[in-house]
Amino acid sequence: MRRDIFQAIADPTRRAIIALIALQAMTPNSIAENFNTTRQAVSKHLRILTECEMVKQEQQGREVYYSLQIEKMKEIDKWLSQYRKLWETRFNQLDKVLSTIKKQKK
Amino acid sequence: MTNNLLFDFTVDKSTKTVFITREFNAELSLVWDAFTKQELLDQWLAPKPWTSKTKYMDFKVGGKRFYAMVSPEGEERWGIQEYTSITPKTNFKMYNAFADKDENPELPGSEWDHTFNEQNGTTKVSITIYNESLERLESILEGFTQGMKMSLSNLENLLATLSKK
Repeated sequence: MRRDIFQAIADPTRRAIIALIALQAMTPNSIAENFNTTRQAVSKHLRILTECEMVKQEQQGREVYYSLQIEKMKEIDKWLSQYRKLWETRFNQLDKVLSTIKKQKK
Repeated sequence: MTNNLLFDFTVDKSTKTVFITREFNAELSLVWDAFTKQELLDQWLAPKPWTSKTKYMDFKVGGKRFYAMVSPEGEERWGIQEYTSITPKTNFKMYNAFADKDENPELPGSEWDHTFNEQNGTTKVSITIYNESLERLESILEGFTQGMKMSLSNLENLLATLSKK
């Protein structure tokens, strides 16, 4: 199954995890302490986030730390700005159509 | 043509909703027609060099528009829209989905809500697009961005022309 950044942010718990680890790298246990769900549920979200390449894991001693891939968040913004540009283009074309019709009416 | 017309584009990623507001320097009935008549829609909806081709359009509640965005190479990307609510010259809602050439929709699609109002000869259109899947939004762009890159120089020329006026 293809994973992408939009799947990463589609779930409220995953968004909360992203917000948490944006501040500092955290272990799965310390992340789980912030949620009323099971440790397994948090692990599943971390697995999906890893597959979406939203987070990266780093081994420090016996602990695994999760941190955010800032570049991926930028990807979302880049994509949204392209969508915005698509609408700008459309509307500029519509401006032209409207002014042409207005001229014809006169 | 002055281009100090309002354009607002915001996205709420958590609710998967896009909000677009734009003002047009034209009266309400004309802007309404541009959004609801196929011969006008086809003139602006596709970002050049793509073209919009409406196969049929039946603008009434329960009616549909079956259309294609055609790439400069002639590749067709079909879509189907069903009108779910119409208040003439005020608001209309529709459900939009990609489709194959035989009108079979690919779900999930998106819910669109358009609101129109005029003030002093300027018409404001507010569009809300709710996507069941943001991935779907993403795929809308995959095709267009390529075309848009090609047309970037055209767009720059157009913008330059517009800003001179």
